[in-house]
Amino acid sequence: MLDDKDRIFTNLYGIHDWGIEGARKRGDWDGTAAILARGRDALVDEMKASGLRGRGGAGFPTGMKWSFMPKTSDGRPSYLVINADESEPGTCKDRDIMRHDPHKLVEGALLASFAMGAHASYIYIRGEFYNEALNLQAAIDQAYEAGLIGKNACGSGWDFDLYLHRGAGAYICGEETALLESLEGKKGMPRLKPPFPAAVGLYGCPTTVNNVESIAVVPTILRRGAAWFSALGRPKNAGTKLFCISGHVNKPCNVEEELGIPLRELIDTYCGGVRGGWDNLLAVIPGGSSVPLLPKSICDTVLMDFDSLRDVKSGLGTAAVIVMDKSTDLIAAIAKLAHFYKHESCGQCTPCREGTGWMMRVMNRMVQGRAELSEIDTLEQVTKQIEGHTICALGDAAAWPIQGLIRHFRPVMEDRIAAYKRGRSPAMAIAAE
Amino acid sequence: MAENVGDGSTGENPQVDQPTHFEFDEQSRVAIDAHCAKYPPGRQASAVIASLYEVQKQMGRQTGGAWVPRVAMDKVAERLGMAPIRVYEVATFYLMFNTTPMGRYHLQICVTTPCWLRGSDQVEAACRKVTGIKGWHETSADGMFTMSEVECLGACVNAPVLQVDDDFYEDMDGPAVEALLAALARGERPKPGSMIGRQTSAPEGGPTTLLTVTE
Repeated sequence: MLDDKDRIFTNLYGIHDWGIEGARKRGDWDGTAAILARGRDALVDEMKASGLRGRGGAGFPTGMKWSFMPKTSDGRPSYLVINADESEPGTCKDRDIMRHDPHKLVEGALLASFAMGAHASYIYIRGEFYNEALNLQAAIDQAYEAGLIGKNACGSGWDFDLYLHRGAGAYICGEETALLESLEGKKGMPRLKPPFPAAVGLYGCPTTVNNVESIAVVPTILRRGAAWFSALGRPKNAGTKLFCISGHVNKPCNVEEELGIPLRELIDTYCGGVRGGWDNLLAVIPGGSSVPLLPKSICDTVLMDFDSLRDVKSGLGTAAVIVMDKSTDLIAAIAKLAHFYKHESCGQCTPCREGTGWMMRVMNRMVQGRAELSEIDTLEQVTKQIEGHTICALGDAAAWPIQGLIRHFRPVMEDRIAAYKRGRSPAMAIAAE
Repeated sequence: MAENVGDGSTGENPQVDQPTHFEFDEQSRVAIDAHCAKYPPGRQASAVIASLYEVQKQMGRQTGGAWVPRVAMDKVAERLGMAPIRVYEVATFYLMFNTTPMGRYHLQICVTTPCWLRGSDQVEAACRKVTGIKGWHETSADGMFTMSEVECLGACVNAPVLQVDDDFYEDMDGPAVEALLAALARGERPKPGSMIGRQTSAPEGGPTTLLTVTE
């Protein structure tokens, strides 16, 4: 079990003062000017050495992403854009950072922007997080008043402006280029890449988009050192991570733990176990709705990190663990997700726009069993035709939950179809008479 | 069912009583100016979402129902120097803009899998029982409640969640919904958050980590 002294988010549950005074008592804004004085390259190198991988889902090394930004300006400004559009079903970690530990994010924004040569940063927060936005804006205002950001931030000579921008209810805006479109005042439709945002991003300028958690851990990593962070977790899966455990556990909660913690230990230690005991477990979606589910047999031993979950054909994603016990109608649970992706498709690419609706309709029939056995194969084939054939990953995200269901629970789908046929056949016989 | 694609709810619906006139009030004007100041010169379009929120809030102040009529979209376009169609696109693409008249309270029921696993069906049933609303995005006969189906609100460890206007009510069940709606109908605004007294996202019964953290 991770020691409290190695936990970064010390006000995760909002017990203490989230404002600047409380934040300072917990160590935020301590020696920030000295960190900035180390220089831009030193900070990027330290972040690379820490092994931090992006906390928004893709797990791309954060320090390396920063190093893609131009070293010298060609006249265009550089931007850091912080993705606070937390909308992946199961995920509610950035919400806690923004309402309970907002100064970690504000300080991280300054440090990261400095490391990338950006004088301005925008935080794009999902519209539904209204109260969270109030706390975060208050924290930004406090930091300005204290001279920590703004002109000559922390007395470092670096000018830095931080702005909060609210979204308005569109999952797709969590995709980085859709987010940039939305920030520019357009519909949130993803852009073709390349060019990547580091070359052509916000307003056509070099931009890096990082998740809230990735930025909020930066001050602590730079203060305590890359060696401290990389010693936690597992090789290539360094550090601590906020986990969100929802669904059929006795005590759902958010908790910060080391990457690589066994799934079962995570659930048993922090959530009071699976409802009805471990043997009552049916399946777990380990990383938010976009990753394939895992049956209990894999959950028994799997470790919660990027590479371990990739090895079992799923993913860590946002580390949102959705637990389902044996009372769950799994087909209905995945059909709900099919509905979600259909609802959230931006409509730009045909395979996704048409495919998500098609998959949802077939899944709704699968819930009833009103289908032919061969349609399971057809459904799987269609998911493969959507996956990888769209501008952004929403198409993939819509395909994977269904692929996971078919991979691990095909017999359940077959039984449902057989039961429907049995239930229907007497009525048909009568009708025929 | 709310649809993102081909929704067509742009205020073209002849059944929607569109006002013929809209002007920003002082509060909206000041707020929109402040939003525009966040963006580089010539990038005021970035303030379109914020401006539409201001319109929606102003309609709430003036009519009791928070929504964005077509004439107001035109005013936003004029203020930000955008073609009106660009504002219509934004107003209809993003789910949080109501393009039809609303009741006094907007009940937004999360129906995505994490909430569904914890009983969002009961939340929905209780809302329907109290309000008498049959479909989605309909308003109760007394004009008090408009009820919408929403996707994941991002508070999944406190599922199921019912959002009322800007506030999240968490760890809900049928009786809690009925009590909340009764309070709203009396004009009260119960404190948002967990309805079973949890400390935000900590496990029920209190935190088991961060116990050694003191300020």
